[in-house]
Amino acid sequence: MPMKLTKFAFASLTILFLIAPLIAILPLAFTSSVILTYPIPSWSLRWFEELFTADAWRRAIVNSLIIGSGTTLLATVLGTAASLGLRNRALFFRGSIRTLYLLPMVVPAVVLGVGMQVLLAGFGLTNSYAGVIIAHTVVAVPFVVVSVTGALAGIDERVELAAESLGASPLTVFRRVTLPLALPGVLSGAVLAFATSLDEVVLTLFVAGPNQRTLARQMFSSIRENISPAIAAAAFLFIAATVLIGIVVVLSRSMLAKQR
Amino acid sequence: MTAGRSKTGRSLLLLLPLLLFLVGFFVWPLFSMMSQSISDTAVLRLLPRSTEVLAGWDRQSPPTPEMQAALMEDLKAVDDDQALGDMVRRLNSARSGFRTLMGKTTTALGDTTNPPADLVSIDTRWEKPEFWLAIADALSPLTDRNLLAAVDLGRNAAGEIEHLPADKSVNRVILVRTFWIAALVTFACACIGFPYAMIAASLSGWKRDLMLGAVLLPLWTSLLVRTAAWFILLQERGLINELLQTIGLIDSPLPLIFNRTGVIIAMTHVLLPFMVLPIYSVLLTIPKNLMPAAASLGAHPLRAFLRVLLPLSLRGVASGSLLVFISAIGYYITPALIGGPGDQMISSIIAFYATGSANWGMAGALGVVLLVATLLLYSVYARLSAEEPGRR
Repeated sequence: MPMKLTKFAFASLTILFLIAPLIAILPLAFTSSVILTYPIPSWSLRWFEELFTADAWRRAIVNSLIIGSGTTLLATVLGTAASLGLRNRALFFRGSIRTLYLLPMVVPAVVLGVGMQVLLAGFGLTNSYAGVIIAHTVVAVPFVVVSVTGALAGIDERVELAAESLGASPLTVFRRVTLPLALPGVLSGAVLAFATSLDEVVLTLFVAGPNQRTLARQMFSSIRENISPAIAAAAFLFIAATVLIGIVVVLSRSMLAKQR
Repeated sequence: MTAGRSKTGRSLLLLLPLLLFLVGFFVWPLFSMMSQSISDTAVLRLLPRSTEVLAGWDRQSPPTPEMQAALMEDLKAVDDDQALGDMVRRLNSARSGFRTLMGKTTTALGDTTNPPADLVSIDTRWEKPEFWLAIADALSPLTDRNLLAAVDLGRNAAGEIEHLPADKSVNRVILVRTFWIAALVTFACACIGFPYAMIAASLSGWKRDLMLGAVLLPLWTSLLVRTAAWFILLQERGLINELLQTIGLIDSPLPLIFNRTGVIIAMTHVLLPFMVLPIYSVLLTIPKNLMPAAASLGAHPLRAFLRVLLPLSLRGVASGSLLVFISAIGYYITPALIGGPGDQMISSIIAFYATGSANWGMAGALGVVLLVATLLLYSVYARLSAEEPGRR
């Protein structure tokens, strides 16, 4: 069975290539040394302490939370409304509008960043939270549209028609039927929007001032200028948050599935 | 009828907020970037009087007293040093010598106790039509200079398009490098991703879940975390070098970071999921009994693969490759952190022009090149994925 063995070896090596880097960075968050290398001399929480007490890092975490929440709210509202509008198949230019909604995912961030800086400078919005939230929303909104459109496509329209025929107003149909059915899609869209904002560096580089430094932006300059295990501690938080959010999404989905 | 109309109205009302938002903060920025690349008002806005007078000039004869007087008036009226610097830089790039000439002229004009009679008395170079020609050419509000320079072209004195001299030809090198790195990464992703997707599609149960999970976990992890992880693995005293030295494969550390090798490895890791997932989804649509059918008709496994499975899965490979390539040509973070100076791609150069030297014209022009390349490739990708039988 040499073929089977080759396949097994190839698959294992690729899985190692995909996963090992993510695992390798985790223990370094707990090093007591000032350099980011193995072997780890002894364990300590000093870099987490640094993360939450050093001014630059603490401010970056707070900024990330402010900007991430703003982006999530704006992108989810705009994206959900737009996805509901896109359900109407009779609409002219439905395909083109949909393409426009998804295009921010495709355009290189640097290109958008240059344009955004020129434009926001004209409005006096550079170096402001509003500017950064707007920029992040542009790139986060496609994820909401994709996620909510997918959830809406799974809804049996006869359920809504039935509610309507029983005398429910359009608003009631939306509130009592459509929204609960689409909620998992809306929630995962919101999570994706938050994650996009959390991870966004390039637009932030162009649009944000020193007072809006986000965690990702701070990590970027820290890797560039003076790399320290604080990076690994931040990465640990990122990965832990990813896993936590993933668990929440999976749990809420299975709970919703049980309700039906 | 009214019900249908109110439904359409409602849909439009729902679509409108995002439409307006994206037109304002996505389409408009891209347009303002494009207009930056062709706008050229550094000279025009400082020289309003000269613009009127120069319109009547025949572009050959020596400057008239009116032209000199108008330019002197304009230069005296300038009170913004930065704008003056921008104008001098612009003129000096069209004709060298302007920097010293303008410096001398503005100093002389500022001397109120002994005002100069005309420009020629300040410097005899003002007699030459070439300098006036450079000003006249720079007065047009639109220019193709930046766009041409983005692909290392320029205009000679006669206005014909020609290649810039080799010492000024940096952009083409970077464009070629960008496409080359993107191609290498795409190739690496295809070489790993295609067999990986095939194995995953042939498995079932937890084994398949494990293989897919291994692709999805990095995809969900922050790009910055993944880049930081590769930074740690690849550095001179990083895990890979330590491991290779411990098992005695190498004596001194391999140079893995701040060079091309590191960039390719890290980018392949980041983009591999975009290759595996499209191929995997296409492979799932291929009926399972095709390969046994080919075998029962006497085809050798390799021949059955080449003639049956490969052609059927080619669309997935094509979409995956396009997706990886499109993402790779716009990459900024990974080359900036893992690459050396010789591995910077077009995005880094755009960022340099925009934030480093505030040359918005050049940043915009290179941005246009990258944007056009991306959108062209994306339209091919959109057509490919629209043809997917399962989608319609």
